[in-house]
Formats: sequence, structure tokens, C-alpha cells
Amino acid sequence: METINITINGIAVEAPKGSTILQAAKLASIDIPTLCYLKEINEIGACRICMVEADEGRGARLVASCVYPITEGMKVYTNTPKVLNYRKKTLELILSDHDKKCLSCVRSGKCELQKLCKDYGIEDTEAFKGAMNEYELDCSAAHMVRDNNKCINCRRCVAVCEKTQGIGVIGANNRGFATEIASAFGLGLGETACVACGQCIAVCPVGAIYEKTDVDKVLEAIADDTKHVVVQTAPAVRAALGEAFDLPMGTPVEGKMVAALRRIGFEKVFDTNFAADVTIMEEATELLDRVTNGGVLPMITSCSPGWIKYCEHYYPEQIGHLSSCKSPQQMFGALLKTYYAEKMGWDPKDIVSVSVMPCTAKKFEIGREDQNAAGVPDLDYTMTTRELARLIDKCGINFNSLPEETFDDPMGEGTGAAVIFGATGGVMEAALRTAVWKLTGETNDSPIEFTEVRGVEGIKEATYTAGGVTVKVAVASGLKNAKVIMDKIKAGEADYTFVEIMGCPGGCVNGGGQPQVPASVRNFTDIRAERAKALYALDSANAVRKSHENESVKKLYAEYLGAPNSHKAHEILHTTYVKRKVHEI
Amino acid sequence: MSSKKTTVPFAGTKEQEEALMKVIAENKDQKGALMPIMQQAQDIYGYLPIEVQTMIADGMGISLEKVYGVATFYSQFALNPKGKYQISVCLGTACYVKGSGDVYSKLEEVLNIKGGECTADGKFSLDACRCVGACGLAPVMMINDEVYGRLLPDQIPDILAKY
Repeated sequence: METINITINGIAVEAPKGSTILQAAKLASIDIPTLCYLKEINEIGACRICMVEADEGRGARLVASCVYPITEGMKVYTNTPKVLNYRKKTLELILSDHDKKCLSCVRSGKCELQKLCKDYGIEDTEAFKGAMNEYELDCSAAHMVRDNNKCINCRRCVAVCEKTQGIGVIGANNRGFATEIASAFGLGLGETACVACGQCIAVCPVGAIYEKTDVDKVLEAIADDTKHVVVQTAPAVRAALGEAFDLPMGTPVEGKMVAALRRIGFEKVFDTNFAADVTIMEEATELLDRVTNGGVLPMITSCSPGWIKYCEHYYPEQIGHLSSCKSPQQMFGALLKTYYAEKMGWDPKDIVSVSVMPCTAKKFEIGREDQNAAGVPDLDYTMTTRELARLIDKCGINFNSLPEETFDDPMGEGTGAAVIFGATGGVMEAALRTAVWKLTGETNDSPIEFTEVRGVEGIKEATYTAGGVTVKVAVASGLKNAKVIMDKIKAGEADYTFVEIMGCPGGCVNGGGQPQVPASVRNFTDIRAERAKALYALDSANAVRKSHENESVKKLYAEYLGAPNSHKAHEILHTTYVKRKVHEI
Repeated sequence: MSSKKTTVPFAGTKEQEEALMKVIAENKDQKGALMPIMQQAQDIYGYLPIEVQTMIADGMGISLEKVYGVATFYSQFALNPKGKYQISVCLGTACYVKGSGDVYSKLEEVLNIKGGECTADGKFSLDACRCVGACGLAPVMMINDEVYGRLLPDQIPDILAKY
């Protein structure tokens, strides 16, 4: 690789050609602050917090290090009084139109702006006191709130919505001081074709966008003796929750998470993995049925509610490709209020069904039609991984010193196949483990690992042959990638049998409800890969790695549902979709 | 969230739509086509309501927000039609110190629209302008070509009643 030699603060640094000053400085263990910059997503050099002095032989001048490429012999200075004062003044100017209500801000303590103000010793938050914009909150969407009084116009949310997800329902409106990040024509986000993926929240450096929360209602339900408050946790939560308690990214915290939920007061702590195994039983059966009986192919997974909403808005004519399976969360809720309620002699009306998800679209999903198997909603409340972390703090639980505990039976049993649902390709691999087993005459030594569908690439393809049947599969994560697959399907050019699509890039591990990762880490780490490692480690460590070998799931079918895709299974575990529009006019 | 959709019902014709579609088809594959398309759309319709911006977005395969962001960045793009009677209030220095701001507010109140908007019946539109060259008459407003000077807010209802 061709390299370039520069000095940073007098220290020699060799960095690959094409690097920016920011990247070269990272190699020299110097963190330059950034606010607007997000690697490959938002490289606009707009916020000016990353300014450094660079001398290319014509004297030192201030440049934006996030986008300024290094040149041979360049001398960079990152901490001169001129640089530090410039950054401080930039912060003071940002604060001049920021509400500064840190004490009541959901992001306090983890805010990138707040940290910079501390680092740069901002003494006077009113240094440039003057006119301020005042915005109404946008609470129109089911899953989130936008508070532009805290927005710093960095445009990270705009970039991720448009470039990563290919949606673009938010953007910068008006000009100059009146610039506001919002939707067209003052429409509330809930009135647009937003899919609720929450990637905008995940990248926001401040507290301007945050999920709506029902945590206080959950606590009230827990305090009510007449209610059975039961919680389920999605696979990806255990791969990221530890980050909120300063554990290294990719640390699996299943045992401590279960212990924490028990201490919060949930009557039963169950695992969505149980329902993920049920999903595989239903989905693999549905797929084989479609293959055998000439159903709509390719069949596409339906676990990701952001993806489902996207398909309904942007590809309404293709909803027949979606598996009719409810998502694992909803299957779990449905089984909790039917099968488990019957088992326990509980009235479904007395059950409060709660989930912890890496996802904000789940907040939209729980309010969907046809998600009420017991005549009451399958789910009552859902919270994100971030909300759980805050709740753990609120309840005074010292997470890191908790013992490792295990899920309750029977809906706490999950296989290795289920836990990898949280990473892109995981549902596909889990389905293949069971489908190949079914196709090859039900032997016990059918293959376990399908590595072709693993990894963080946006689109993966593979072909498998088993029992005389050839299956061509595709896996996509991130909606811009989903669009590529869907355009092929729409044009009749896709010869896939089965497609897995996840709304968020990298799958649920990188979901919009996961702990926010500051740009200083995000720009130099592949969050998707690091968190996925935790899930694949849990899969390898599990003695049972195929969904159809889950004993509790076998029992569920034997005792209650009969067989996968039975009439009863259809009533409880399957759903329908609606055609939506992109524009309401 | 307050909607910024115009209060005047959209009255685009089939001919206008065909003309716009032709403009889009001719330009959409060129780099930087959005602004010229928007300018021509404004020539066709006179302004760029949500209906027109949606046609542009769908025609170009981009999001509505992208079009709207550009439409609100440049002051030459209008989101509202002009009324049969176009009211311009001078907010230049001389008129402003003589109280044209109060006249402007009174007009917003009486017409029940904000500056830049048009009444639902399409009769009046209201804009601010800078100096009509009649500073001696400050504060000044114009309704189409008619100039009104030495205005007091209380005179506004009677003046509007003439139209």
C-alpha cells in the first residue's frame, strides 16, 4: 500500500495514501473531535469542530480534518491555542441556538456535544446570546420524538435516512438561521413513509431524536399485584446492552441481563429466542409448502418490522412475497397470551406482555392490526436496549456486579439457531439448518454452519442443494440493499427461492434501539461485526443449534399447536400485510 | 407540527401535468436536473405546491423532502400561489420605522394568512418587499399596481373591502 509521511504535533506519522488528517491522527493515537462526520455516510465538513492547523509549505492554516486529505511532508497541529480556541468558539456558537436543558435530556451523560463542552472548558453557555429558534416537538410517529430545540443541524440523521436506508423522509428545510431538519411541507414524521427503523436516533450526536417510552407504565404494571408482567428479550439485546455499562463492544451479557430484569420485578423473564425457533418451524414449513405447491417465490422473511413497513410503502405490489409469519416478538406475545396463559390458568387480560428489543420499529409493530391472538394485543409494551439500560440505572441495579442467571422455563429455551437471528444472515442460516434437515430425510448430522450467508456485506447470495432440491438464497440488510433485491424481484429477474431482509445494516445488532455509539468510536469500528461476534459465540456455545431440536418448542407443538402451519398455528402465529403509499396525496 | 401546505385548493390541469411530465422526461437523466425542472414547473403552475413537488419527486425517483429542501432554500421558489390581488408591504428601513411591521401584522390577522401565503379563496396574497421608492409616503403598501401610503393598521379593513 502506498503511504504518505506527515508529522502530527511534531511526531512522524506514516499513513495510507488517501487518508484524511482525521484518519492519520487516529493512527497516531490522537482523537480529533467530530460532530457532523460519519464515515462513508456524512462527509460534508460542515460543523467545523474538527479544525486543525495544517502546513503544506505555505504556512499553517485551519482546515477541516475530517475531509482534508494528507499530503507528503504535511505538518499538522491539533492542539495549538488557535485550534483549541477555534473549536471552543464553534461550540459556543452551537450553544447559542441550543436549548441547553441537559438536566432533563435523555442523552445527558452520553451526549457528544455535552462531552465536547466539558473537554473544551465552556464556561459561558451564553457567550453568543441572541435570537433562538423555538420548535414544537414532533411526536407524530409511533416510535420517536424529534426535538429540534436540541438539534445542531449536523445532518447525520438526514444522511443515514437517505444514503444508508434509501428513504429520505427527513432533510434540511429553509435556509440560514431558519434551517430545520424535518419532513416536507411541515408534515409530521408519522404522516410520511418513515419506516420507524430508528437509524436516525442511533447516529444522532445529541438528544434531538429519541424513542417514545412506556417504561413508567411497565413499572406501574409491575407494582400492580393483579397483573402478570412478563418480559422477553431479543437476541441482539444481549450483544449490546453491556456497552451501556462500559463493557467492551461485543461482550455477551445474557446472564446479567436476565438477573437485572428479575430485579426490576418481572414475574417471568423469557427469551424471544424461543419464538425465533418457532418462527423457523413455521417459516421453513411455509417455504417448503410454497416450493412444493407453486406459491409465490421468492419468499421473504418477515422478522424485521422496519423492513415490513418499507415493503408495504415502497413495494406494495410485492407484499405477497412476504412470509405470513409474525415476527418472533409477536409470536412470543401471541403464545404468551394463549398457550402459556392456558398452562398457567391466567386470564390473558391480566397479562402485561413486555419486550426488550434492539429496535424502534417494534413500537410501531405492536400497534399493527391482526396482532392479537388472544383477543387482546400480543404485546402491551416494548422498550429498546437503551431504555432497558436507563431503567437498570433508575432501579439502582449495579449491572456489572450482578450474578449470571438463566431464563425461566419453558419459554426461555432457545437454540443457537435462534440467537443468530440478531445478525444479518442469521435467520437464513437458522432456516437452512432446519430446511436441509427436513429435505435430507431428517438425519441428526445435517450441516450446522452456512458461512456463505454470514458477514456484514449488504447483499449476500448462495445456492444450496439438499435432498434433490436446489435453493438459491439472498440476504440483504439495510434498506438501500433491500431496494436492490426488490427491484430485481419487481422486474421478474430474481431467481431466488428464499430471501432474508433486515431493515438495519448488519441486522438487529445494529438496530435503531441499540446503545448509541459516539462518532469517535463509530468512525473507526465496525459495530455490526463486533456485536455479531457475541451472537455467533453464543451459538457455538449452545449444545442445541437447530430450531427443531428445541425441546420446549417440540412440546409446544405436541401439546398445543399440532404441527407447523396447522390451522391453530396459522391463527396464532401468522398475520397479514397492508398496502401503503409513499405519499398521502 | 404546523403544516405548511397551501390553503388554496390545487387546480392543476391535465395540460399542465403533461407539460411537466415532458420537462421531467427531457431533463431527469442530466446531472443537476432538479433545479431546472423545478424552475420550469414553477413557470407551468406559477408555484410549487405539494402536488407538483410530488410529481417531480416521483418523476425523478427522489424523495419529496429532497425537492422541498431545495424549494425552501431558494427564495425564488414559491410554495403558494399569488392571489388575484397581490399585496406587498414595504418593510424597508423608512417604512419599518414608521410602523409598517404593524401594518403587515394587521394584514396577516385580517386575511388570516402568513406572509408568503394566499387566502383560501385565491383573492389576496401577502408578501413583504423592500422599498417601492415612495419613502415620503411611509409606511407604504401596494395592492397590484395601486400604492397606499401613510398607512395606519386600522385602515386595513376598509382598504381590503374595496376589492
